[in-house]
Amino acid sequence: MATMRDKYAIVGIGHTDYSLSSGRSELDLALEAIMAAIEDAGLGFNDIDGIVGDYPNRVDPMTIATALGMRNFGFFIETDFGGGGVPGGLLHAIAGIEAGRATSVVCYKSLNGSSKLTLPGFAFAVEPHEHGFTRPFGLLAPVAYAALSARRHMHQYGTTSRQFGAIAVACRKHANRNPNAIMYGEPMTIGDHQNSKMIADPLRLFDCYVEADGAAACVVASAERAKNLKQQPVYIMATAQACGPYLSRGTKDPTIEENETSYLAQQLFSMSGLVPSDLDVLQIYDDFTPFVLMAIEDLGFCSKGEGGPFVESGTIEWPDGKLPLNTSGGNLSEGCIEGFNHIVEAVKQLRGASTAQVKDAEIAMVCGANGVATSGLILRR
Amino acid sequence: MPYLPMPPPVPYVESYGFWEGCKRHELIIQRCKDCGTYRHPPIPVCPVCQSWNQHWHKVSGRGTVEAFTIVTRALFPGMLVPYNVVRVELEEQKGLLILGNLIDCHPDEISIDIPVEVTFEDVSPETTMFYFRKAA
Repeated sequence: MATMRDKYAIVGIGHTDYSLSSGRSELDLALEAIMAAIEDAGLGFNDIDGIVGDYPNRVDPMTIATALGMRNFGFFIETDFGGGGVPGGLLHAIAGIEAGRATSVVCYKSLNGSSKLTLPGFAFAVEPHEHGFTRPFGLLAPVAYAALSARRHMHQYGTTSRQFGAIAVACRKHANRNPNAIMYGEPMTIGDHQNSKMIADPLRLFDCYVEADGAAACVVASAERAKNLKQQPVYIMATAQACGPYLSRGTKDPTIEENETSYLAQQLFSMSGLVPSDLDVLQIYDDFTPFVLMAIEDLGFCSKGEGGPFVESGTIEWPDGKLPLNTSGGNLSEGCIEGFNHIVEAVKQLRGASTAQVKDAEIAMVCGANGVATSGLILRR
Repeated sequence: MPYLPMPPPVPYVESYGFWEGCKRHELIIQRCKDCGTYRHPPIPVCPVCQSWNQHWHKVSGRGTVEAFTIVTRALFPGMLVPYNVVRVELEEQKGLLILGNLIDCHPDEISIDIPVEVTFEDVSPETTMFYFRKAA
């Protein structure tokens, strides 16, 4: 298989303020983030010949193209699965360029996840094959699925709520260095986490992401093209998507040991030629703390069941930890931009521009949401 | 009275048989005729051998709690909390999981591996819900 390692780069990033109530449309937010990313790349609007949006789309690619007067389109796509799809959007951008249909592709995510100011009638698709086997029993939000998985992990491995809390505390600590984080200025101790309101046992309020209004975007181009642009390129060493053996949304087939995150890890490490100890900084989708803990295990940073001790050890905390996690605060404390904030932060780390800068950061990983399908990136400077 | 004030399940192609079974107070699970693997929720082909040959098989209704949560904060306006959601492993096959609710049970009585059995409630002329109870 021909390798695309280091043949492509992220050449520009952009994002809006993140807030609890933007007062703006999702289109408005998307345009700001996209225009900032194009400007950051040192490109003009007509240099953009491909767009990667998301499905179902709050802001469809054609509206963006029309608004920005883009005329040179050769490629557009909408990547499904929300936070599981976001990093995979860059794989799609690369596919469009590999196919010779585009040279500079914008990827974006925009949502009023907090204020809910969105297109009238917008709805997520009904879960495939749900057939009434989840919602009638009260599984009404992802936190309930996460709670089932968390309880199972606690039973199998002795993982504790305090260990989930260590993740929340680390992300909050990092958010407190990031003025754009929604929870900037609001410290959290493990005691605060343990006292926070129970939502779906064993998950508490501080185990859950902060809903946010905001948008983020990036521009992907070939490494060759990147040489002539404004910023030091951030090279894409690996990008992949993966799917788990799910019986229904939220319920993985327990007779199969692997899951989408372990399949993702196999691909990312094989494409990049790296091993987990090569990573300097991690951005792992953090809608709920237990999923971060499980991802750390499934990605191979520790063995299955050892995630609890790993996250309590100080390893994931900046500045002293060996593997700082979600260094701008993540979905848990920066605000949920469905993981596009993780891509932006990974790029900032590799440019030396993070608010919690890992010294000499060379290699970063972005891991998407789990639960059905996921995707991820390994980036380097 | 249904355990939760939720709209009733809407049967759809693959699941019609399941909910008809509930009306007969039978828990029926789709089973591959060729390799014998059970699967739930029902889907058109067998995930193990890809056969299209399947039939509904009445199961014992007995299993153990494999995972659970107690929802204590209303996830939708008007929901009454607390309520539980359980994931039950049915005894017929390792990994055969079904989501449901445990009724007539205090949250403190719920833990992983406790044995449960199915029970049915005719919540309307059109809909019979299945639930689980702690097994005797």
